[in-house]
Amino acid sequence: MRRLAFVIPLVVFIALAIFLAVGLTRDPREVPSPFIGKPAPSFKLERLQEPTMAFGPAEMKGKVWMLNVWASWCVACREEHPVLVEFSKRNAVPIVGLNWKDTRESGLKWLDRFGNPYALSVFDGDGRVGIDYGVYGAPETFVIDRDGVIRYKQIGAITPEALDEKILPLLKSLGA
Amino acid sequence: MKRLAWTLLFAAGLAFGQASEIAHPDPAVEARLKALAEELRCLVCQNQTIADSNASLALDLRNEIREQVAQGKSDDEIRAYMVARYGDFVLYRPPWKSTTLLLWLGPFALLAVGAGVFAATVRRRKRESAGASESPAAERRTRAEVEALLED
Amino acid sequence: MIPELGHFALIVALALALAQVAIAFTGARTGNSALLATVRPAAIGQFVFVAGAFAALAYCFVTSDFSVLNVTQHSNSKLPVNYRFAATWGSHEGSILLWALMLATWTFLVAAVSRSLPERFVARVLGVMGLVSVGFLLFILITSNPFERLLPAAAEGEDLNPLLQDPGMVIHPPMLYMGYVGFSVAFAFSIAALLEGRLDAAWARWSRPWTLAAWCFLTVGICLGSAWAYYTLGWGGWWFWDPVENASFMPWLVGTALIHSLAVTEKRGTFRSWTVLLAIMAFSLSLVGTFLVRSGVLTSVHAFATDPRRGIFILLFLVLVVGGSLTLFAWRAPRVGLGSGFGAVSRESMLLANNVLLAVAMSAVLLGTLYPLFLDALGMGKISVGSPYFDAVFVPLMAPAIFLMAVGPVASWKRAALPELWVRLRWALGVSVVAALAVPFMRGKVTPMIVFGIWLGFWVITATCAQVIQRLHGSPQPTLGGKIAAQSRSWYGMVLAHLGIAIFILGVTLVKGYETERDLRMSPGDRVTLAGFDFAFKGTKQLPGPNYSVVQGEFEVSRGGKPERVLYPEKRTYPVSGQTMTWAAIDTGVTRDIYVSLGEPVGDGAWGVRVYHKPFVDWIWAGCFVMALGGLFALSDRRYRLRKQVTEAATPAAASASA
Repeated sequence: MRRLAFVIPLVVFIALAIFLAVGLTRDPREVPSPFIGKPAPSFKLERLQEPTMAFGPAEMKGKVWMLNVWASWCVACREEHPVLVEFSKRNAVPIVGLNWKDTRESGLKWLDRFGNPYALSVFDGDGRVGIDYGVYGAPETFVIDRDGVIRYKQIGAITPEALDEKILPLLKSLGA
Repeated sequence: MKRLAWTLLFAAGLAFGQASEIAHPDPAVEARLKALAEELRCLVCQNQTIADSNASLALDLRNEIREQVAQGKSDDEIRAYMVARYGDFVLYRPPWKSTTLLLWLGPFALLAVGAGVFAATVRRRKRESAGASESPAAERRTRAEVEALLED
Repeated sequence: MIPELGHFALIVALALALAQVAIAFTGARTGNSALLATVRPAAIGQFVFVAGAFAALAYCFVTSDFSVLNVTQHSNSKLPVNYRFAATWGSHEGSILLWALMLATWTFLVAAVSRSLPERFVARVLGVMGLVSVGFLLFILITSNPFERLLPAAAEGEDLNPLLQDPGMVIHPPMLYMGYVGFSVAFAFSIAALLEGRLDAAWARWSRPWTLAAWCFLTVGICLGSAWAYYTLGWGGWWFWDPVENASFMPWLVGTALIHSLAVTEKRGTFRSWTVLLAIMAFSLSLVGTFLVRSGVLTSVHAFATDPRRGIFILLFLVLVVGGSLTLFAWRAPRVGLGSGFGAVSRESMLLANNVLLAVAMSAVLLGTLYPLFLDALGMGKISVGSPYFDAVFVPLMAPAIFLMAVGPVASWKRAALPELWVRLRWALGVSVVAALAVPFMRGKVTPMIVFGIWLGFWVITATCAQVIQRLHGSPQPTLGGKIAAQSRSWYGMVLAHLGIAIFILGVTLVKGYETERDLRMSPGDRVTLAGFDFAFKGTKQLPGPNYSVVQGEFEVSRGGKPERVLYPEKRTYPVSGQTMTWAAIDTGVTRDIYVSLGEPVGDGAWGVRVYHKPFVDWIWAGCFVMALGGLFALSDRRYRLRKQVTEAATPAAASASA
């Protein structure tokens, strides 16, 4: 019995090592969204290109759509943008852009320069709507279903792999 | 009281957060903000509270808290607001949940285990001390051996 | 040329380390004296080449050789020379080379200083240390080569992170690493003892000075890190329970248990398995800490840039070293047998309680640090565990240990009587309770935590004083001077170290309980009052600095109308990185710190300003230094100066009286 006690430290260490090994495959900085499966928070923001017109997620009820958070100062957004532009040409789902913590001028210039994949963009200069959606960096993308429920959040740029492996199958299953 | 200042220490530091980031701070509101912000995590930083961080998101969240405190929201409501948007990750004080039971109770469970080990060891040694233990002569012999070894 | 020489030196060092391992274990097993005689030279040779490699890297930094990638990424020609030197360890590659240098240094010390220990034992010790060296040198050469070239060479470097351009950077990492890595010696002694099947008082006596030395370095290293954070980060915090801080604190907790456990093994021959296990744990925690900081599994302000390959390597190394040693422990330790017995109330039982409590405290810190990782690995979501958790959990666990710390030295070995302890300590208890109530009342704020903290700190002081008085009183020497001189340095070391902890506890309690701050906007000419001090803001001016530009504020501090000093907080902008740092101005005093820092300019020459009054905050670090000083005293005890021991007609009776 006493002999067994001497093995305990080894056993504890092995368990620890296994966890550390698994930990190597995880990203401690990635914060999963608590909104998956919950309704997309409502908002009313001015459109980027038509400041007199407003937009809110209620307008998209009945459709599957994507909300993409972007900004002109965001380097990763520039990397993601060509993928989005390509994807938008397929006209699979409408993509709404959320111009986050930016100035209208820079945002508009950026779209002119790099292309506009968005059905429309809304302007969230002070980032309040971003906070409501739990946005903590750009780019981030939400996939929202017909009932206005958030089904998926892409943290960081949408890569072609992420598009093929995660987003497209999801859109299909939602009946897009 | 006479101060014995040895040195004037200068120090580098990140520009800290909120020394009067607003024009007219209300001490009561700022005190509550500080207490809340010191337990909330800045999501874009490398392990800092939103009280200590200079990041733009941290600033936004501090302002959000300020507003909510001024509106009369309770600490619990403000924390719930943060958790609803960012998940439990944003709390530096882990919540009480089925998944964190082991965390909160673990140390005290370990203490109980430790107490058990202590009691078992003492009980066993008590028995031993009644029986064989090195006689003073044996102790002297061991000592002599050691001295001899150390001599070379 | 120099970088290539440095790289080559590392390869030679690796070869020598491999030789060291092979010769050591073969020699120890066969008893071949020719082989045994070669172990020390091999170890010393390894040290020479690691030191040479380190010198080469340092040379590249000091001469700003921007054809070396590491230098370009972490230095700049305008950096003052002391920071150019410190930048040698300002990166992952450089700091792991520092680690290897420290290991080689301890190896050298063991090889050079342990001439009076049995040859085969020393060979095994050096063999184990050699194995660790092999691991680290391989790690450097395969994944983290600091000598990688950048061709064509850059014209200028990217500068050392401004946060690190500080005297703290010059001394904190070397001290810390000497401590961390120093536990490898105790570890090696334990493995050697397990391999030999001999674990006795002699072995404990040999291990003790090495462990004490490592412990002293680690204490100073952690203390310096804390002080540096305090004056560097601008908001007066000094401990954040950050994963990297915890990674250095856990070996310290176990190391403290280890030095106590070694004392028992040396004096009474018991706790042998405990001691061996603690020695293995202390160094294992150092290795786990190295893994945590460099693998990217945890987020921390201190973490280095990460690479999964490095994480995998360190983890494999960890599994081999720690897994191997714990397997050896599970196999061999049961044979060691129990030592002499002791009663339920005795110095042994209190030291056992001390061991258990420190181990539990360490486990709690480990649990909190790794819990987010556990949950994430199990797919159960992401949480954060920060100061609120650790503060809530750590204090209740440590408080009993500290209480016992004052009682233990007064208790007799083997069997102590509670009534006797009560008689010896009742005055001390009384005085501490009175102080615990008086001090908060005098300061005007009473909370349970403050009362408890002050009581605990005073309890240790009063009980230690009682202990000293009783000891001197009971000493046979006729004069007080004689009595004082008759006590061993080891005993004085203990007294000092325990007092150091008391000072630390008082500092923490008083500053947390009574610190005040004001956070406001000030225009030139404005005044603010805090804790009896008046601060008059005189405005700011622009100044040039060596590799930064400065905006310097001027604050006149006075008390009761009399000007006392002027404080100059600064905002420094570093052009290369574009970062702006805040430099707080601190007026340090024995009973308080006054701390002023500038925030952001709010227009018209007005600034956001933060003013702090922190009573007794420096007692935190003073306490740590006193602890380390105590360790140093214990280290210099006459029984470790072996030559002297042999020539003096030292009787066993006299030696055991200095318990």
